[in-house]
Amino acid sequence: MKTEELILNMGPQHPSTHGVLRLELELEGEVVNKVTPHIGYLHRCFEKHAEAMTYPQVIPYTDRMDYLASMYNNFGYVIGVEKLLGIEVPERVQYIRVIMGELQRIASHLVALGTYGLDIGAFTPFLYLFRDREKILTLFEITCGARLLYNYMWVGGLSHDLHPDFVRLTREFIKYYRPNITELNNLLTFNKIFVERTANIGVLPAETAINYGISGPNLRASGVKFDLRRNDPYSIYDRFDFEIPVGEGMMGTVGDCWDRYYVRVLELEQSLRIIEQALDQLPEGDVQSAIPKRIKPPVGSVYTRVENPKGELGYFIISDGSVNPFRVKVRAPSFVNLSIINELSRGHLVADIVAILGSIDIVLGEIDR
Amino acid sequence: MFDALSELFGSPIIAAFVSAIVPLVFIVPFVIIAVYMERKVAGHMQDRLGPMRVGYHGILQTVADFFKLLQKEDITASSIDKRFFNVAPFLVFAGSYAVYAALPFTSSMLGSKIDIGLFFIVAASGLVVAGILMAGWSSNNKYSLYGALRSAAQIVSYEIPTIIVILSVVMFTRTLSLAEMSEMQTAYFWNWNIFGGAEWNLTKLLITPFMMIAFLIFYISSLAEVNRTPFDMPEAESELVAGYHTEYSGIKFSMFFLAEYANMFAVSAIAVAIFLGGYQSPFGYVGNLIGAEWLVQVEQLFWFISKGMFFVFVQMWLRWTLPRVRVDQLMTICWKYLIPYSFVNLIIIGIITLI
Amino acid sequence: MRQYFINTWEGIWTVLVGMRITFGHLFTPAVTIQYPDVKVPLPERVRNRLYVNIDDCIGCDQCSRACPVNCIEIETVKSLPTEDLGTTSNGKKKALWVTKFDIDIAKCCYCQLCVFPCPTDCIYMTDVYEFSEYDRNDLIYNFSTLKPEESAEKKANFEKLRLEKEAQKLAAAKAKEEADAKKAAEIKKEDSSKTE
Repeated sequence: MKTEELILNMGPQHPSTHGVLRLELELEGEVVNKVTPHIGYLHRCFEKHAEAMTYPQVIPYTDRMDYLASMYNNFGYVIGVEKLLGIEVPERVQYIRVIMGELQRIASHLVALGTYGLDIGAFTPFLYLFRDREKILTLFEITCGARLLYNYMWVGGLSHDLHPDFVRLTREFIKYYRPNITELNNLLTFNKIFVERTANIGVLPAETAINYGISGPNLRASGVKFDLRRNDPYSIYDRFDFEIPVGEGMMGTVGDCWDRYYVRVLELEQSLRIIEQALDQLPEGDVQSAIPKRIKPPVGSVYTRVENPKGELGYFIISDGSVNPFRVKVRAPSFVNLSIINELSRGHLVADIVAILGSIDIVLGEIDR
Repeated sequence: MFDALSELFGSPIIAAFVSAIVPLVFIVPFVIIAVYMERKVAGHMQDRLGPMRVGYHGILQTVADFFKLLQKEDITASSIDKRFFNVAPFLVFAGSYAVYAALPFTSSMLGSKIDIGLFFIVAASGLVVAGILMAGWSSNNKYSLYGALRSAAQIVSYEIPTIIVILSVVMFTRTLSLAEMSEMQTAYFWNWNIFGGAEWNLTKLLITPFMMIAFLIFYISSLAEVNRTPFDMPEAESELVAGYHTEYSGIKFSMFFLAEYANMFAVSAIAVAIFLGGYQSPFGYVGNLIGAEWLVQVEQLFWFISKGMFFVFVQMWLRWTLPRVRVDQLMTICWKYLIPYSFVNLIIIGIITLI
Repeated sequence: MRQYFINTWEGIWTVLVGMRITFGHLFTPAVTIQYPDVKVPLPERVRNRLYVNIDDCIGCDQCSRACPVNCIEIETVKSLPTEDLGTTSNGKKKALWVTKFDIDIAKCCYCQLCVFPCPTDCIYMTDVYEFSEYDRNDLIYNFSTLKPEESAEKKANFEKLRLEKEAQKLAAAKAKEEADAKKAAEIKKEDSSKTE
């Protein structure tokens, strides 16, 4: 009997492809033989646009790459331009940037965890996590006026100083939020059905992960203790005491979907710790004093990388001495992480594709740019 | 009820029609209330409010939705198999509607007082599989096909533990008629089957835990039979978009919807009838106390529906708590866990019944 | 075999734990609000619709240049020396008629980059966030208070002035040329008389 593989197009309009991603699945029954991701539905020419913009004008565009972690996108870009300019930013700015970055990491992980629950079929944790994320967004809103696309970190400073209530509200948030991690664990993380769905699925061995250039929580879930905040400290991350959670294969094999999920849960707590320390040490000062009137870096190029919630976010900026950057190239973590999908999903079922795709936590705005 | 009606109308055919319509009078308002309840339960469990706009606390929301579905365009894709596509939703609904024929709402209000009520229910609910398969295949959509095939496999598999559990109860009560079974569990709640029936002796004590296990197995497998979370593989929103009813819209879609909710109540009602005393009140009747015969019937209706609604609520509760199992795990749960447990349970209950 | 019973137990137990949590939430007050009836108070720094206080605008075009999406269009005309446009609220003297100040709010990305460079703080973000329209053209906000005929007049005035000035300049140049020619002629005369 002649049999044929079934080609199933998953997306670009599908409830669980996390945006406009199209996956071409080659199926044998329900077993997946090959996955081909097709990207580009959200391409907005960020890199080309950046060449026509002045340096500060690029910042709102970086917001729109990984729209769940806009603060961190700003962070990487401004660090790069500051390096190019060779300016030092005030202490207070550094601390505020770290606080904002870590709050953003929590917010981004909350979306990742919530939508992952949604992919597996649990609707309720998603809304509990979004409820908490709203609180973080409110903290951002009182500080810079925006909830999603902040344009908050500027070259050499910040657009606004902290709101007078910010420190108090953030401490309140931390106090409020800590018990909710336990609740999430009871409701979803250790639920038997959830564990069965994710443990031993899409196992990513450390070596493969490194070969593919995977970074961020996905790499750490495979047991590699690599975090740019520790291994290549930028800003003032070397001053804080925090742990780097790695996957231990508690429920199955090291590097399976459950580990990738659980590393993010553990990182929530570590981010809370960093924020607490930063709030304690927060110095007084002006946040706009170092902002140059006209940003015109000398001829040269720079590559900066930061630990975005999704992984290593790198900016390669070339300056030709004018007010516009000659080239801004982004190393997008989601883009690199997505490349593993075929490797991970071979031999799994259709339902597992959703679990695997959710566990590598992609944002299409960053993949397509 | 049928006898009384044929006396009233003087013709068994008219009586049959009327008694066939009675469940519909129940199902449509029930579905409207249940959908509203589902949304409210979901909302409050998720720290939201649910529908709030139409009427007081959104009480008319589902009525509005119902009318919206009625007037929606009936979209049929060009490459579908029209005949099957059009028949499927009604077949699915007929399958779940047929179950109501044997449900004893009160001691006198039941569609047909057949002696093999349970057998009929098990057989009639199999019709749903045919409808779902038809819907999936005729839609000419890969997602629908996957949903339909999963569903067929799932419902057929989960009928086995259901039947084994029913068998163990039948062994204990020695009747297949739901009305008779409910009648046996009369008076107080400790006479229910889940607590070992009406007779006071050693077997009652011995059998109670196993009856509870039987109830649990029955409830789990009935969840799978009506495709509710955590076993909603055929619909599996995050994988298969909407499963077998992806291509349906308007009134045909609402038939599937109606069937799903009708089924939800049907399986809860069966669980209630065979384990939890059916229409019997747990604390005796006020009607008997004051000597009003008609009040007993009303009370029985109230208890039957409220017990059924409670288990419908538990289904909703589970839906908004649990993730979804994968298709192979679904089979694992059925074949490796529920069936062995129910077999062992069957043997134990058999032995206890003998002594 | 042991694992089998552990799995069964874990399956039932974790489901019950989850059910307890969701049941608890059934009775906690909702965190959502009924949006159009109830609204969240917005913080003071909130960034929503742009507003331009045109009385304070000096037409310096800095906001338009700062905008990364080019949603601000400004056209200005120089005022006549005889006209007095007054001063802005922070004491800057206005010298330009702002004949066109259009913001295409549909293009705006709410980045607030236009607000900071403004020397008179006349462009700022308000807390109005409900401004959807049926027609996209209605989202182009015209902030210039000058009527079209007025701006035409201003333009004409300026053009007249420019022409006048040009004419003056031309006349001056001509006069100068003539004077030069005269001078040259005189010098030439002198020269020729000298050589004679």
